[in-house]
Amino acid sequence: MLDLLANPNTQWVLVGTMLLGITSGVLGSFALLRRQSLLGDAMSHAALPGICIAFIIVGSKEMLPLIIGAGITAYIGTYLIQAFVKHSRIKTDTAIGLVLSVFFGIGIVLLTYINRNATGNQSGLNEFIFGQAAAMVRSDVNLFVIAAIALLTITFLLFKELKIITFDREFAQGLGLPTVFINGLLMTMIVASVVIGLQAVGVVLMAAMLIAPAITAKYWTDRLDVMVILSGVVGGLSGLLGTLISAPISGMPTGPLIIVSSCSLFFLSLIFAPKKGLLTKAIRLMKLRRSTGDNQVMQGMYEFIEDTDRDTLSFEDLIRVQPLSGLRLQQTIKRLQKRNLLHPSSETYQFTDKGIKAAHQITLNQRMLQMYSMHEMQFAHLPMEKNNWDFLSLPNSEQQPLFELLTKHELFPSVLQERNEDR
Amino acid sequence: MNPVSTNNITVAYHRKPVIQNVSFEAPEGKLIGIVGPNGAGKSTLIKSILGLVPKASGNISIYGKPYKKQRQIVGYVPQRGSVDWDFPTNALDVVLMGKYGQIGLFRRPNKKDKQEALECLAQVGMEAFANRQISQLSGGQQQRVFLARALAQNASVYFMDEPFVGVDAATEKAIIQLLTDLKSKGKTVLVVHHDLQTVKDYFDWVMLLNIRKIAFGPTEDVFTQDNLQKTYGGRLAFLDQESNGVNPLA
Repeated sequence: MLDLLANPNTQWVLVGTMLLGITSGVLGSFALLRRQSLLGDAMSHAALPGICIAFIIVGSKEMLPLIIGAGITAYIGTYLIQAFVKHSRIKTDTAIGLVLSVFFGIGIVLLTYINRNATGNQSGLNEFIFGQAAAMVRSDVNLFVIAAIALLTITFLLFKELKIITFDREFAQGLGLPTVFINGLLMTMIVASVVIGLQAVGVVLMAAMLIAPAITAKYWTDRLDVMVILSGVVGGLSGLLGTLISAPISGMPTGPLIIVSSCSLFFLSLIFAPKKGLLTKAIRLMKLRRSTGDNQVMQGMYEFIEDTDRDTLSFEDLIRVQPLSGLRLQQTIKRLQKRNLLHPSSETYQFTDKGIKAAHQITLNQRMLQMYSMHEMQFAHLPMEKNNWDFLSLPNSEQQPLFELLTKHELFPSVLQERNEDR
Repeated sequence: MNPVSTNNITVAYHRKPVIQNVSFEAPEGKLIGIVGPNGAGKSTLIKSILGLVPKASGNISIYGKPYKKQRQIVGYVPQRGSVDWDFPTNALDVVLMGKYGQIGLFRRPNKKDKQEALECLAQVGMEAFANRQISQLSGGQQQRVFLARALAQNASVYFMDEPFVGVDAATEKAIIQLLTDLKSKGKTVLVVHHDLQTVKDYFDWVMLLNIRKIAFGPTEDVFTQDNLQKTYGGRLAFLDQESNGVNPLA
């Protein structure tokens, strides 16, 4: 491994793929949020004829002319898609499909023509289809460095404008911002990040370079600036991983491995991300179902006692006063008995002293929430979100108006009070 | 000079006129409602004034100058559905966007901008939600964030597209309070509105619109049975029925 890293060729490839991952990650965030992920796919496919035409004109595989050619046809493709959507009845998905396949088709035709007619080393533009990162040389990487610095600097300087145009273009226009210019600039930057990635990743997989890091980053944050940075990091890391995995094994394709790396990071995020991941969501849902189940049984029983003045419920009573049934109800009862909230008997159901107190609190909190909802504006200042809707933890002075409302509506939980008075 | 004056605006989609020859002069410091049946061109009228839909003909001026030169003093509150609420940002950040025009290119919002944005959120009773991700807000709260963003812009003329649609009572109250505040500061507010019941309570002036301008003037003069009949035709009876027979003019 270390030997490989010492190899200057590998070093160039590594720098190249990482830069590419970073830029496509950063700009991919905007493409994703503008719901233009598929547009990236069309852009990369539309770049193929441009590469071929540039090669036919220049007659060599020099990177700069090829990239310029790619950029031109990719831009034409993008423009056509937007023009179709704007001026005809064709919808975006159809326009993307149309442009993508027509341009790619033309590209393949030109590629076949070049392969037939070019001699020896001159041929081999085929690498642009699936990418060949190993073919990267120092001059290519120099070009990537310049492009990456330019793209990242513009993104940094115009971050606020790119943000508002992505979120609400009409509003940005209303503010008098140069939306046409910013929009054009953003499209150009996305096209640029696509075409510089083509050599390494290829036209077929390039769209994934835009989408995968961005959607991965979105799982970890609710802030655009963090998302953009994270997306760049994920893109760069994918470039690094893909190159390191492919380098020691001869014949392993770097581009596809970069994509596999970024998609793996995506799947990890999909499952394990702390707030939005599937696992977290599943665990949270399970906990929520349990605690709501507990609370519903407790409050149902409490309100039964409140209404009837009987403190023991039969199984039929219990079924009637709360929504659970079957296995879930049995599990809930067992859990409540274990927590010493219900007396451990199987025929009838009765609160323990601790249980009645807990049920009182649950009922009180739920009814305070009702009052809160009725008078949301009056209580908007309460930090309910932060304290998990726990009204009982509020300072007494904040609780007082809610208590008054409960008394007014005759909803103040009464069981515990009466018991205390009995004593 | 009038805050908004239009001369014969016509907007057409695929040759079908959506609004035709609408001319009006909005007086300064008034709350102005724009009402009319669905498809009557209410939203289109304000969008055409703001240059968001192309006009087939007509002129618009904001305080005597073309809209393009007056963008900074015109605030717009679009319908809530017009943006992706899953966007990774919080309420305060959206409000800050109202100040982007004043902050200028390349520069970032500073502490003072943030403080002012927070004050705008407070004006709509939303300061407690400043750091909340916007998809975690209720519909009414999202509407209030949009209003706060328009406030942050500190415009002289405001256009609002159906701000009362689908909001809770608390939000409705907050919007009314906000409209009153804006009026007391001498701002002019044009509001696309669909609920005839509340027109008399909310607006000083009203425009009745159905493709063409039917009437425009102080609410007590213009909001008459006769004009409503001309605007809604037979549909008014249906509207009455829908609202449990309550006459909007009563």
